[in-house]
This record gives sequence, structure tokens and C-alpha cells, in this order.
Amino acid sequence: MSRRSAARRRTVGIHLACVAVTLFMGVPIYLIALAALSSRESLNRFPLSLLPVDLSTETMRVFLDSTGVIGGFQNSVEVGLLSLILSLALGVPAGYAVARYAFRGREPYQLFLLLTRALPIVVLSVPLARVFLASGLYDTTYAVALLHTALALPTTVLITSAIFVAVPVEHEEAAMIFGASAPQAFARVVLPQALPGIAAAAIFTFVTSWNEVLGAAVLTLNRRTLPAQVLSTLADSPLAFRFAGGFALVVPALVFIAFMRRYLLNMWGTTIR
Amino acid sequence: MLAPGPGRGGADVSGAVTTAPDPAPSEPSSSAAVPPRATRRRRRSRVPTAALLVAPSVVFLAALFLWPIAVGVGQAFTGADGPTLAHLRRMVDDPYFWTATRNTALLIVVLIPLQFAFALTMALLLRERPRLSSFYFYVWCVPLAISDLAAGLVWLSIFADRGYLNSALSRFGLGDGFAWLSYDNQTSMFVAVLLAELWRATSLVLVIVVAGLQNIPRDYDEAAAVFGATYWQRLRHVILPQLRPSLQVALILRTILGLQTFAVAQALTGRSFPLLVGETYQWYVTLQNEHVSAAIALVILLMSLGTAVVYLRVLRDPATGGIR
Repeated sequence: MSRRSAARRRTVGIHLACVAVTLFMGVPIYLIALAALSSRESLNRFPLSLLPVDLSTETMRVFLDSTGVIGGFQNSVEVGLLSLILSLALGVPAGYAVARYAFRGREPYQLFLLLTRALPIVVLSVPLARVFLASGLYDTTYAVALLHTALALPTTVLITSAIFVAVPVEHEEAAMIFGASAPQAFARVVLPQALPGIAAAAIFTFVTSWNEVLGAAVLTLNRRTLPAQVLSTLADSPLAFRFAGGFALVVPALVFIAFMRRYLLNMWGTTIR
Repeated sequence: MLAPGPGRGGADVSGAVTTAPDPAPSEPSSSAAVPPRATRRRRRSRVPTAALLVAPSVVFLAALFLWPIAVGVGQAFTGADGPTLAHLRRMVDDPYFWTATRNTALLIVVLIPLQFAFALTMALLLRERPRLSSFYFYVWCVPLAISDLAAGLVWLSIFADRGYLNSALSRFGLGDGFAWLSYDNQTSMFVAVLLAELWRATSLVLVIVVAGLQNIPRDYDEAAAVFGATYWQRLRHVILPQLRPSLQVALILRTILGLQTFAVAQALTGRSFPLLVGETYQWYVTLQNEHVSAAIALVILLMSLGTAVVYLRVLRDPATGGIR
């Protein structure tokens, strides 16, 4: 009997701890949503209401109407898609090679990827600004997309190689026995099986690009991505604007994670090494 | 430190475990390192194809990493007339630089152990499979996709002078407003940045640890329990040693990413709590001096490489002779 009550106490304890952690993780998101969806007037009152009593879209509307915000959205999407395409184009073949071939230099190559992941992005941004200024790429979405591709490419290679390892070689070999060439076997047999994982890698790249602030802020003046835009106007914008900006940056994160729940461990967990 | 798991004292246990044959070889997707089995089959010399497939990424990364680093060294060490140390001198003469260095170091030293303790607790809670555990996991993972700028703004709504924390306190009659983020209250400012970083970046460690836990067979743990080991003994001698590789990866990654923290502090405190990367941004964007900016960037690069080397040396597992 006492053992059972000890077990029950343990279960209750675990539950309480889970709820506490969830509150710590969830309440800030609730609060930023609340702040962004309150009217300017109610944000100016002092004890702010902790419950959604005075909801309005005013704060968000003002934020979206401010100069550079809609453009920032567009630039962010553009940069994200460009980096996604580039990093898949470069990363998927490399991932396939790492998964399937025992080529000389495979180990050094993987070490090289690890090394590039470990390089801080600041080190690239400032010199790249000069390089891009000289080559006329400065202040374009291409410049930022190149930087973000460099940032996401190592992870793309690692994720896709893990995915290709999971596709049995036998399927590919069977296709080739039946007369398919290697590229055909890849396109018809391997790719369909690997597609969900490749999509996960693509979304990972997009999220990385969407969230990157410093490089985008250094490499652009007028074609700023949304985070860079928010950062550069931070110092002289009212609190309501900052809350709205924070919320606008958080919402996509909620969507991404909801979509990618099944792949979280693959993307950020095992394959990140 | 708590994070690396077992110290040298636990080496015999971890050695025994890591040299044991992999109990789950049928799960190749769970490991980033490609199992040799998959590659052995294609050992016919296909070198050209593989090289062709890998080459574009190598060329691209080399161009976007090595070239900028070379240019950056040039920026930091050359002036209008030839090589100079003037930019470096200007950097070290700036009082902000030293504050920023101290703050960055302090943030990492305090944050990383807290973060690992927190992430381990969360992962072990999930391991008990409570009801709603997939919901918990979702909520705990949301910050994975939140940028440090957004995290700073989220916590700004809490710590601002007229923000939610002060509102809640005043509703309970506990004073009417404390300037958490004021320059005069260095400690509360630091705690605010620390909390925001803990909130944002712990999920990364969590995901790595959860993935690591999934690869640990429950047999050892159950055997230890049968022989009467308490929960803490099992944690200390069975679970943590097997988690070691995951913890090592997470530790290196988090420390290097931690060195790059800046937008959180920028959003919360402006320049009142300078961090090194924030200083590069200041010098580049506000002060328009790319030379000093590049010099600070090189300092950050050296710090990152230094940490990586130190970790790789200190944490090397004697049984496997390397880090994976």
C-alpha cells in the first residue's frame, strides 16, 4: 500500500514538474501575443491586464503599416526561398555521396562540415560586406541568401545523408538490375522515399534564414529582411512596435514547429553533429 | 561542471559501455555518422562520382568561409598606408570592449551549466512518459525556431518598466515598478538576459539529449534497477555515461552559439549590457568602422576555436579516442 502511494506521489510530482516547465516555456509566448494584440491605449495603462480583456488589432496594424515591414516580410521570404533552393541544390548530392560512397576524404569532409558549423557568423558578415560591395552584390537579397546558404549547408548535408542512409541500397540496386541508369534509379526510387526528410531539411534552412539577424543587418541597407528591419529600428521605436515585431517573428516559429514535430529529433537532434 | 556528465571517476563505467557492441544496429537513421555497413557495399571504386557530388558544396563553403576570413584579417590589420595595429589598439582602448568580453564570458559560464541541468531534467521528465507528453514536447520545442531577437522582444514585454512582471507585482501590492533593465541594476539586467537565453536556447540541448536518450537501450537501466540501484545511482552510473556523446556535441554547439548571443541583449537593454557580437554590430552599423568591427570578429573567432579545441581535448572519451 505504501509503495503504491509512493508511486502515486512520484507520478503527481512528475506531472507538476511538467506543468511548471510548460508554464515557463508557454507563458512568455502568451504574454507577447497578449501585448501585440492589445490596443495602444491599453498598453499605456500601468498595471497591464494579464487577461485578454481588451483585444484589438490596432497595434499589429500600425506595425504592419510602418515603413519597411511589409517589404521586410517579402525580403525575408525571398531570402529564405533562395537559400533553401541553393542549399538543397548543393547539399542533397553531397549528402547522397556521404551516405552511399566510401570515397577517400570522406572523414576529412565531415570534419570540414563540423568546422564550418562552428564558425561564428560575425566573422563572415563583416568581410563579406566588403566583398559584396566590391562585386555589386551588396544590399541585394542574393547576398543575404548566399550567407544563409553557407550557414545552413553543413546541416543540410548531414540531415540528407542520414535520410539517404535510411533508404535501403537494395531498392536502388534492384532498379538498376531492371535496367535503370544510376540517375534514373535515384530519381524514381530513392528520391520519393527520401522526400519527406528532404522537405524537413528545406524547412530547417528556411527557419535558419528567417531567424538570422546579424548577417542580414550588416549586408543590407534598403533590402532588409524582417528581423534586420526590426533590429535596425529598435532603438527609436515605441514599445508597442517592438512587441508587435516580436510577435510577428514568433508566429512563424509556432507554425514551423507544429509542422515539423515529427522531424524535430532528426533535424536538431541526432544529425546536427 | 555538471554538463559533461561523468568525470574521470566514471570513466571505467563509460568505457565499458561505449566499447560494448551497438545493441541497435538496425536503426541507421538514428545516427548521423554513417554506419560502415551501408558504405561497404559500394566500395567498388566510384571515387569520381562521389567527388563530383561533393565538390560543389566544398567549393561553395570554401569560397564563403575561407575567403571572408582572409579578407577579415586584412581589414583588421591594414590601414590606409600598409599594415597597422592601430585598429587593434582602438579596439582594446574602447571600454565597451572589455565590458563586452566580461559579459560574454560571464553569460556563458553561468548559462551553460544551468541550461544543461534544465535540459536534462526536462528530458528525464519526458522519459517517464507522463500523459500529454507529446504536447509538452511541442511546447518545450517551440523556442527552437525563435530567433534571439524575437526572444529578446518576448522577454522585453515581461521586464519592461511598465511590462507584465511589474504589472503582476503591483497587482499583488508588491511595490510599483522596479527598473529591471536599467543600467543601474546590472544584476537584474544580467538575470533578464540569462532568463531569456535559458528560455530560448535550452530546447536545442533538450532535443539533442532526447535524441540521445532514445538510442540508449533500457536494458541496462532495468538491470540496474533489478539489482536495487536507486534512481540517482542509475542516473549517475548508467544513464549519464551513455549520454556522454550527445552531451559533448550539445556542449560544443551551445558554447559556440552562446558566444554569438547578441540580439537578446540588444532587444532587452540596448547597449547597457554589451556583448562581443553586439560590439561588432555597433562598430559596423553605428560607428561605421569596419576595421575595428573585423578585429572584434576575429577575437570571437579565436574564442570559438579555443573553446572547441579545449572541449575536444578535455572531453575526449578514452574508450573511443575521439568525439562523435
